[in-house]
Amino acid sequence: MSDPIERPPAPWDYAPAPESREIVRLQDRYGLFIGGAFVEPKSGRFFATIDPSTEEPLAEVAEAGGEDVTRAVESAREAADAWQGLSGTERAKYLYRIARRLQERSREFAVLESMNGGKPIKESRDIDLPLAAAHFFYYAGWADKLGYAFGGRTPRPLGVAGQIIPWNFPILMAAWKLAPALAAGNTAVLKPAETTPLTALLLGQVLQEAELPPGVVNIITGDGETGAALVDAAVDKIAFTGSTEVGKAIRRATAGSGKRLTLELGGKAANIVFEDAPLDQTVEGVVNGIFFNQGHVCCAGSRLLVQEPVFEVLLDKLKARLDTLRMGDPLDKNTDVGAINSKVQLDRIEALVASGVQEGAELYQPSCVLPERGFWFRPTLFTGVSQSHRIAREEIFGPVLSILTFRTPQEAVAKANNTPYGLSAGIWTEKGSRILWMAQQMRAGVVWANTFNRFDPASPFGGYKESGFGREGGVQGLAPYLALDQEAS
Amino acid sequence: MSQAAPIARVAPGPVAVPGDAARLVARSPAVDAVGLEARAASLAARSIKLDAKRFALELAIRCMDLTTLEGSDTTGKIVALCAKAVRPDPLDAAIPPVAAVCLYPQLVPVAAQQLRGTPVAVASVAGGFPSGLGTLEARLAEIRAVAADGADEIDIVLNRSLFLGGRYAEAFEELVAAREAAGSRHLKVILETGELGSYDRIRQASVLAMASGADFIKTSTGKIGVNATLPTALCMMEAVREFHAQTGRAVGVKVAGGVRTAKQAIHYLVAVHETLGMLWLTPERFRIGASSLLNDVLMQIDKGATGRYAGADYFTED
Amino acid sequence: MSDRLPVRRTAKLFIAGMFPRSESGRSYEVLADDGRPLAYVAQASRKDLREAVVVARAAQPAWAGMTAYNRGQVLYRVAELMEGRRSQFESELADAGAADPARGVSAAIDRWVWYAGWADKIGQVSGSSNPVAGPYFNFTIPEPTGVVGIVAPPDQSLLGLVSRLAPAIVSGNTAVVLVSETAPLPAVSLGEVLATSDVPGGVVNLLTGRTAELLPWLAGHMDVNAIDVTGVPDDLRVEVETLAAGNVKRVHRAPHADLFDDAAQSPAEITALMEFKTVWHPVGA
Repeated sequence: MSDPIERPPAPWDYAPAPESREIVRLQDRYGLFIGGAFVEPKSGRFFATIDPSTEEPLAEVAEAGGEDVTRAVESAREAADAWQGLSGTERAKYLYRIARRLQERSREFAVLESMNGGKPIKESRDIDLPLAAAHFFYYAGWADKLGYAFGGRTPRPLGVAGQIIPWNFPILMAAWKLAPALAAGNTAVLKPAETTPLTALLLGQVLQEAELPPGVVNIITGDGETGAALVDAAVDKIAFTGSTEVGKAIRRATAGSGKRLTLELGGKAANIVFEDAPLDQTVEGVVNGIFFNQGHVCCAGSRLLVQEPVFEVLLDKLKARLDTLRMGDPLDKNTDVGAINSKVQLDRIEALVASGVQEGAELYQPSCVLPERGFWFRPTLFTGVSQSHRIAREEIFGPVLSILTFRTPQEAVAKANNTPYGLSAGIWTEKGSRILWMAQQMRAGVVWANTFNRFDPASPFGGYKESGFGREGGVQGLAPYLALDQEAS
Repeated sequence: MSQAAPIARVAPGPVAVPGDAARLVARSPAVDAVGLEARAASLAARSIKLDAKRFALELAIRCMDLTTLEGSDTTGKIVALCAKAVRPDPLDAAIPPVAAVCLYPQLVPVAAQQLRGTPVAVASVAGGFPSGLGTLEARLAEIRAVAADGADEIDIVLNRSLFLGGRYAEAFEELVAAREAAGSRHLKVILETGELGSYDRIRQASVLAMASGADFIKTSTGKIGVNATLPTALCMMEAVREFHAQTGRAVGVKVAGGVRTAKQAIHYLVAVHETLGMLWLTPERFRIGASSLLNDVLMQIDKGATGRYAGADYFTED
Repeated sequence: MSDRLPVRRTAKLFIAGMFPRSESGRSYEVLADDGRPLAYVAQASRKDLREAVVVARAAQPAWAGMTAYNRGQVLYRVAELMEGRRSQFESELADAGAADPARGVSAAIDRWVWYAGWADKIGQVSGSSNPVAGPYFNFTIPEPTGVVGIVAPPDQSLLGLVSRLAPAIVSGNTAVVLVSETAPLPAVSLGEVLATSDVPGGVVNLLTGRTAELLPWLAGHMDVNAIDVTGVPDDLRVEVETLAAGNVKRVHRAPHADLFDDAAQSPAEITALMEFKTVWHPVGA
């Protein structure tokens, strides 16, 4: 060869591979799902819900006012006795039915989830929907086995659960909330997030198809005021997933009320890489840890702590990997990073990233082309980050990774735990004893070793410290929905 | 898409001395099996359509080592195979020839004669294929013989007995000797990954073979139960990427055994694309060793062109 | 003998295994149920509380780091020591107006015994290995939440205190306790028991003083992970739970039960002040 340097040939561009939207039949308007039927809101108000990747409106959704919230809670209350009165096996069968219908309609749900929330179809199709169905399956099996769950204690349902869920995993969070509540014999009022109401409303149809008794689940759409009204309503239990700020407000609002409360709040997880880590898989875990669902993940590994000897090599690998991420149409089957969920969230991410630059951290972004309309933010790495920077302390809830270094395991532990949050942590090392020691030291509710962002209905999830309290998933996830009377020993 | 740095041409030959072999193996990074397989699965989930698919299908042909490695292979079989290699689809001249035919040493002269003046290379297995456990002298003699008979490319096997027994320096020395014996011929080292037992071992063997001066590392002989798999190939690609970053030498990857469908071939191409970049999407650095794959690729090309599903009767057996 | 002047007791705080006076220099008089003056006890200030939290935080990792077997033995020894001083506890309970002081002391001692045995069992009973759908080993273990603030029930000054304290510390938490304001002497004596036991200094910190004065500082403290509000009077409940929101404190209130009943002790009282940690690891060769 005469030319000593070989240049890359023209790129291999993957042709667009959009999942069809045909499977989704949207209504122009959606009412509230109360008492087993979709009803007009007494508030008389509706709001538009959009596709964040195009800013195009998708439908109008009812905004539940105070009266509507009351009506939904009353509906749940009226249904409670009969629902509790059913045998566990009967309740289980309803939950199995819901799980099955969710599986059968999963493509439709996945497409709608990506349309309304901006997440890549490959995630909604391969993760959100299968997990949502799995949660109903898992807890269906508990409904007639509650007596075996907590030895020496007699379980009783609490009554009516008010459940407020976030916009990052709309249908999955609905499943996380409803499945254990219903299995435990409670009835529920579910309040989906303002920006992502559509799959929850579609779930209302599934509940009808499953012939779930009217009132056992009520779904009310609206904004933060609707949520606040639900917190104040005559419910026995509040389960909330969302920001720490709102979680604290709910804690204050329920002070002294005797309402049972579980909170699944924010995080600022450390993902810790030791020099002996399997680096190529670590890169995948780091990418999955922070860019999964555009970083709209409370347990995202948003602080990367790298042991100094492998800092350079890991950074090079990460940058190269970032360049391969495909950003764009959430419904394209090859999209890795979708749209930011809302303008509000985009503004917040942009402000925090600006603060990172201003505070002197070094920014890296791949040069991918962004669509003209919709809400987008490039996958972003920050190096030269110190613990005191805002981007190392505040939850960004976006595709932004802050990279810090450490020298010793003790330093890694100190830095990892040096946050008011405590939801999750990641550990990457080949040394078994170090994994177990690190896992022990982490003040976090979920520790992923040599993996990240894995979820399962059998696996309890929830935080330490300001990341909240209570667990969702597993046998431990039943406890927040039960009163447990001590039996005499 | 990912682009590695432009490739600088580096003179062939080992980049380490035998004394380094054990250190190379020990320093080879760990591989997490579950993470690797998850990544491979995500690459396999890419949806390659339309023009992108047509590009991939043609590339699969251009990167193909059309292979027959049967005890029953005859001159007649090789003549037919060579014809198919040069002109895969008699009805469509736009279909490119494959990269090489791959066969046993005794049949090299037949193929060399058939392929003279065509762009298709002659590749021969050698060096005591498939076990690699003949005497070293005999194995090296075989390599020299096929080179003399007109093989452009030589596919040899790693001595798994030495490698798995921890005798890395000896295994390395054998590879270096084979490199010398092959001279300027394109040397592919088969790791026989199905016998190595773990991805860590596959990565170690990859490093050992690359350091010995191999032009390609290759997954399998096709003669045991476990052949190329996407995670295995991905593991080797990651080793190649790291080796390139450290030494500047761009080693190729060949997957062989069990690749029968266009869909599988596209998975491998996507893995190369997103792991090593466009510079590896060339027959110089990526090969698929296969026998029945070619017709499936042709059927897929036909489907893309005509919009209807094809049938086996419309494509030549060989 | 009758003309002998008795040596009066000076009841002090119990912090870090030592008995300091309040940094504020304050004390208050404790009266018996029948109005007799019994003693002066230290009246803790918010600064004493702050110091107690610092001490409890510092002591927590080592206490949690002991083997569960060892923690169980240490707490069982508390029961042994109380048994040896039961006459003192009985007389203090009698002074506080207990109907049956002997029964109260016995129940308190037995409660220590019951909870001590949980030390190396709570993880087995409430932890789990979780059959996730994938190549991962996944397990959940309960861990202590950290520093627990306890408001001891104002009545049942000994059994009430032990019923809150034992389940809090058996898992490896450390505690800062606001003891009964009106009948603090059994708590002071418990501090003396703890000081001579093998419970490391700082694991239990007992503050005598005005509950209403100290409670907001405890509830609002950002380095206290959980608060047991079983002893919080109803009129302070809203304020306490509101302040607890500041750092998302776990707020626990024990169910109403007759403290002498077996139903008043439960592993749920232990796990209420614990966190569940779930660990994932791939399974692959």
